[in-house]
Amino acid sequence: MRAADALMEALKAEGVEVVFGLPGGANLPTYDAIYDGGIRHILVRHEAGGGHAAEGYAKATGRVGVALGTSGPGATNLVTPICDAMLDSVPTVFLTGQVRTELIGTDGFQECDTGGITMPIVKHSFMVQDPREIPQAVHEAFYLARSGRPGPVLVDIPQDLSRADIEYEPATSVSLPGYQPTTEGNQKQIRLAAKALANSRRPVIYGGGGIVNAGAAAEFTEFCLADRFPVTLTVMGLGAFPAPHEQWLGMLGMHGTRAANYAMDEADLICAIGARFDDRITGKLTEFAPRAKFIHIDVDPAEISKNVPAHIPIVGDAKNIVPRLLAEYRALEPDRARLDDWWERIQHWQRQHPLRYDDSADSEIKPQYMVQALYEATGGDAIVSSDVGQHQMWTAQYFHFSRPRRWINSGGLGTMGFGLPAAMGAQVGCPDQLVCCMAGDGSVQMNMQELATCAQEGIPIKVFIMNNGYLGMVRQWQELFWDRRYSQVHMGSYPDFVKLADAYGATGMRFEDKKTLVEDMRQAIDTEGPVLVDVRVTQEENTYPMIPAGQAARDMVG
Amino acid sequence: MGEPGTKELLSLEDLEAAGGLRTGRKHVLSILVENKPGVLTRIAGLFARRGFNIDTLAVGPTDDEAVSRVTLTVDGAKHPIDQVTKQLHKLVNVLKIRDLEPEDSVARELALFKIACDSGSRGEVLQLTEIFRGKVVDAGRRSVVVEITGADDKIESFEQLVRPFGLIEMVRTGEIAISRGRGET
Repeated sequence: MRAADALMEALKAEGVEVVFGLPGGANLPTYDAIYDGGIRHILVRHEAGGGHAAEGYAKATGRVGVALGTSGPGATNLVTPICDAMLDSVPTVFLTGQVRTELIGTDGFQECDTGGITMPIVKHSFMVQDPREIPQAVHEAFYLARSGRPGPVLVDIPQDLSRADIEYEPATSVSLPGYQPTTEGNQKQIRLAAKALANSRRPVIYGGGGIVNAGAAAEFTEFCLADRFPVTLTVMGLGAFPAPHEQWLGMLGMHGTRAANYAMDEADLICAIGARFDDRITGKLTEFAPRAKFIHIDVDPAEISKNVPAHIPIVGDAKNIVPRLLAEYRALEPDRARLDDWWERIQHWQRQHPLRYDDSADSEIKPQYMVQALYEATGGDAIVSSDVGQHQMWTAQYFHFSRPRRWINSGGLGTMGFGLPAAMGAQVGCPDQLVCCMAGDGSVQMNMQELATCAQEGIPIKVFIMNNGYLGMVRQWQELFWDRRYSQVHMGSYPDFVKLADAYGATGMRFEDKKTLVEDMRQAIDTEGPVLVDVRVTQEENTYPMIPAGQAARDMVG
Repeated sequence: MGEPGTKELLSLEDLEAAGGLRTGRKHVLSILVENKPGVLTRIAGLFARRGFNIDTLAVGPTDDEAVSRVTLTVDGAKHPIDQVTKQLHKLVNVLKIRDLEPEDSVARELALFKIACDSGSRGEVLQLTEIFRGKVVDAGRRSVVVEITGADDKIESFEQLVRPFGLIEMVRTGEIAISRGRGET
């Protein structure tokens, strides 16, 4: 069998139904195999769009997303999605073509050292040197991508090797002696954690994307509700706990709620589950949660005590650990009344500092209102992706995510241009669900071209551009910290998104009136096929509250 | 407090943070890796990316041809050593890491010194070489090459002593180490 056909068989054996990619010289054999290989291929317009679509697919479905690119520029265009998938632990496999083996090292046409370039940003990579390795490499790539702490795995295949004839035998077992993720969690440590929690007077449960990745949202929620634990989540974890809820403090971190950040600041015990104490959470590290002891549950041992030293480290998968933690906790029959004072303090913050903004008195659409309108128009029942910037933070603040895998954004790398292709991938993975993208007018232009893919493939995503004519988050920082010297952030009303949508074969709309916004959005949602909506919002609105970079939770402004 | 098998709770005051600590001393890491292309690049790249410095590095085959051994030294005053080893463990091709305790292991390094000397100073250089149990491996009219084996402090003292004679150049292998006793490193 031709190795490229064996590649198709190997992908099917891994359960792959769809891949996103773009052909070129070095992956021609693969594309010849795709021609009748029995796997749906979505022809993207730029490899980065394909990579983010694979991420969106993976985040929405929990299955491994697959993206293809040719050698050289095809591979370098995948670098951003690969790095994005690394920072957000997204299970993905990237298949790149490489020049013929005899050309490797000669600076041949479209040759680049894809393995070298991506080495620091992959979970692992395979540079195939023998065509017979291909089925095994694919099998191991999928195993690595989805197990332990998920992440991107690259398989780089030289063109001549994909054309070679091999005996195809399905790979059945992995041979990765150096890879043995700890998933169980130490029972003694779990017991200690339960005993500390039961004795704590001011606990906070701080959850992250690891809960979503582990498929442990239900277990996490049950655990949080076993007592009156105050719950906060990172931007990656939203949906792991059903918001809104009386025990829900809102998101924490730079643009989190005051209640969440103040609770972290005054907590005596913080139980981190699937979260990694990123600088957007901790602010100034030396002043982060100064009164707290830390339980840290994570599948990646290197995350534990990386930024904040843990007092009770537990390495393992949240799906295994959280139910056992719950059982141990219940067995202690803790005194629920001990948290009364703590809740009184938290509720005081919640009353004093709810999320708020000054709404307009006229038809002007405030960006926060736009998010609330989308929540109302969808009834909260939608997969929502976003780009990166102010609109992302407002969506995280005002759209209540009650289920996991419904909120798809680029948290770690902060990749502008992520939202539209990620929505496309999510829609392909979840054809029966409503998929919306909350986009920024700056971000959306970075992968706009995928609207053509959506039109051609009939992928009916609804893209709502929060258009303020600025690179809004950068403008906000320049306003607050750089003396209002607005340097290179103004983008005006270019392009005309409605005309552009039309040119791409999608439906374009423009909404400018607050009073009809919810109804207008419903109409956009009910329109068949992909829709691009230009929503004109207040130009110079700031995202608040905010912990200025490098400061502490106590220093929140706005 | 918090006795196992009891309902006794754990006092938060008694909890102590683990990890992230700087030991303040040199660590010798003995790492078994799969003998595959690019493994050394992955290790070196990891150190570069995480801002860790490698002080010395030695790589060579083991008795198993599928496995190589990397021995590297890291300054535990500059980096939290647990974080270094945990990050290394994440590399799929890394099989085993041992942080060799100085008292439980033997470490050696080989160095070659090219020292300027003439008939007047040669005797003294040879005498020093003898004291350090070194070997003269090349001799010319205006220079000698001396081989010294030992722990790094021995090599450094020899270097200081011969420097006044005119140290033309020096090559060091980086430390290799093995654990004491019957057990495998």
